[in-house]
Amino acid sequence: MIKIENIHKSYGSNDNRFEVLKGISLTIEDGSFLVLLGASGSGKSTLLNVISGLESPDSGKIFYDGKNIAALADEELTKFRKEKTAFIFQQYYLLPHLNVDKNVKMGADLAGNHDYIKEIEAVGLAAKRSKYPHELSGGEQQRVAVARALAKKPEVLFLDEPTGALDEATGRQVLDYVSKLQKELHFTVIMVTHNANIADMAKTVIRMNSGNIVQTWQNESPKTAYEIGW
Amino acid sequence: MVTRMGKNRTAKSQNMILSARDIFKSVGIIIISACAVFVCTLFLNYNTDLKALDASRLPQEVQSFYNAQVLTGKMVSALSGGCLLLTSVVMLCFYIGHYIDTHSKMLGILKALGYSSRKIAKGFAGFGLSVFVGTAAGYAGAHAIMPWFYKVQNNEGLLPEIHVGFHPLLLFSLVLLPTLAFCLLSVLYGYRKLKTPVLELLKGKASLQSLQAKTSNKVKNVYSAKTERDVPFLQELKKSTLRQRKTLVFFIGFAAFCYACMMQMSFGMDELASSMMAIMIFLIGVVLSFVTLFLATTSTVKANWKTLAMMRAFGYPDKECTDSVLGGYRLPALLGFALGTVYQYALLKIAVTVVFREIKHVPEFHFNVPALVFTLISFAVLYEVILYVYARKIRRISIREIMMDAE
Repeated sequence: MIKIENIHKSYGSNDNRFEVLKGISLTIEDGSFLVLLGASGSGKSTLLNVISGLESPDSGKIFYDGKNIAALADEELTKFRKEKTAFIFQQYYLLPHLNVDKNVKMGADLAGNHDYIKEIEAVGLAAKRSKYPHELSGGEQQRVAVARALAKKPEVLFLDEPTGALDEATGRQVLDYVSKLQKELHFTVIMVTHNANIADMAKTVIRMNSGNIVQTWQNESPKTAYEIGW
Repeated sequence: MVTRMGKNRTAKSQNMILSARDIFKSVGIIIISACAVFVCTLFLNYNTDLKALDASRLPQEVQSFYNAQVLTGKMVSALSGGCLLLTSVVMLCFYIGHYIDTHSKMLGILKALGYSSRKIAKGFAGFGLSVFVGTAAGYAGAHAIMPWFYKVQNNEGLLPEIHVGFHPLLLFSLVLLPTLAFCLLSVLYGYRKLKTPVLELLKGKASLQSLQAKTSNKVKNVYSAKTERDVPFLQELKKSTLRQRKTLVFFIGFAAFCYACMMQMSFGMDELASSMMAIMIFLIGVVLSFVTLFLATTSTVKANWKTLAMMRAFGYPDKECTDSVLGGYRLPALLGFALGTVYQYALLKIAVTVVFREIKHVPEFHFNVPALVFTLISFAVLYEVILYVYARKIRRISIREIMMDAE
């Protein structure tokens, strides 16, 4: 379980100081599918970065199974990310000079996963293992990012606008892969999006505005990637 | 009126290509050209003034000293000048290539607006200014210490007093000519690099495609021959980092070469020439190798910034991140060091046994083992200190930075 208590985060200094997160508290159950919904500048990506240990909060606590990661030193935080988390970003961030196989291995090696070909097959890229990122379409690149993240066998998968750079058909396909794999492997999904339709896929939806949680709701029967609007 | 406005706009767009900051960023070229011109000015100016003496009137013993000085001057100028000139050329091409890679979107927009590659490339002449700054500084520095240098060269008083003369031809050949040549080279090389299609520049694909071309066959052969599962990711990354930046491999090897060569040579120079010569070679060696090493390391880390950020986000420890992008350069550095050691030994041996064979009182030259040990240890310390500095920088890389950059 992830428990977040009174998180504050600001950027800038003195007169230019801007508070992005204004005392966020929430609880996320293991294996849940949570969407952070909000417009640009609402603080959702910052919250994702803070929960995932990519950034430290100015104040507040983030407990993973009772352990406060906000108090961890840099080395311990790296170890935490290595063992618990994986990421998928809007811009894919694949390593351009390594082929699909080696990009996925980046995640797999951290978990000692020698059977990472399964993840490549699961996202339908078995035939493109030797291709380089620039030889792939945007959707294929994002699927490599999905395989790379899942090859790491994470407990929590963080996604920041994963379909932001994709067209509708490809976007649905990527979300479908993530959703199916989550159901199969039972990891927790925390996804940031500005698209309210995508939120219909989640069990829990948190709407943010100006650094605050303004609304939280549960979807009794979450939709599949092909049932949601776009 | 319209024509004048058009001309002004074109001139402005060309000025916009390079800022003063970009020119000063090519600090490597400034330092290397300053070193080259400093050494060449000292020795060539001295030689020119020395030749003004009527050698035939000198006693026989003094004549051999005279000949030795003329030969030393020629050899030092040709070797250090030539070697440093070559490095400056490689470094200039590297800077221009790097500039085009990092500013590809801006250059793509200019080309899309209708500016020709030739017109944009003209703006790259500004890179030649860094050569002017370096050569002018080297020339001025050499003239500042020249009276002292003349005294040391003739400290035994064997030759009649030699006065420092000003030789316009040297100023032209060592400052103005290199500046003009480098301006021209910058434009030509920039033009060649700018021939990339506009869309590729806009998408920043140019460097990626050349990079892919470099990796293609070799990597695919390895792929088919051996299951990739057997090779750990970090090892693959280390290899591909080396493959994608061959110029940097050259620079790191060259830095080690310079350090090994000039440091060990300076030990020999103390006995063969003078303490001043030894100190000069020592300082140039340290500055040159440090600057080259520092610049090459900076470029490597900058080129792998996103990779490092992703690795850190995924949980790779700092040590593994640093080692994967910088650790692979240890071997080229070692090779450069070994080559530098052999080169300096061969050079001094040839100088003593062949070039100066007719000159009396030239001491015998032997391989200096303590000098080798000292140089090797000090280079290893220097290399590891630079790696440590960059490991600290890598620790501060955040994924947020690259996300902001992407937006």
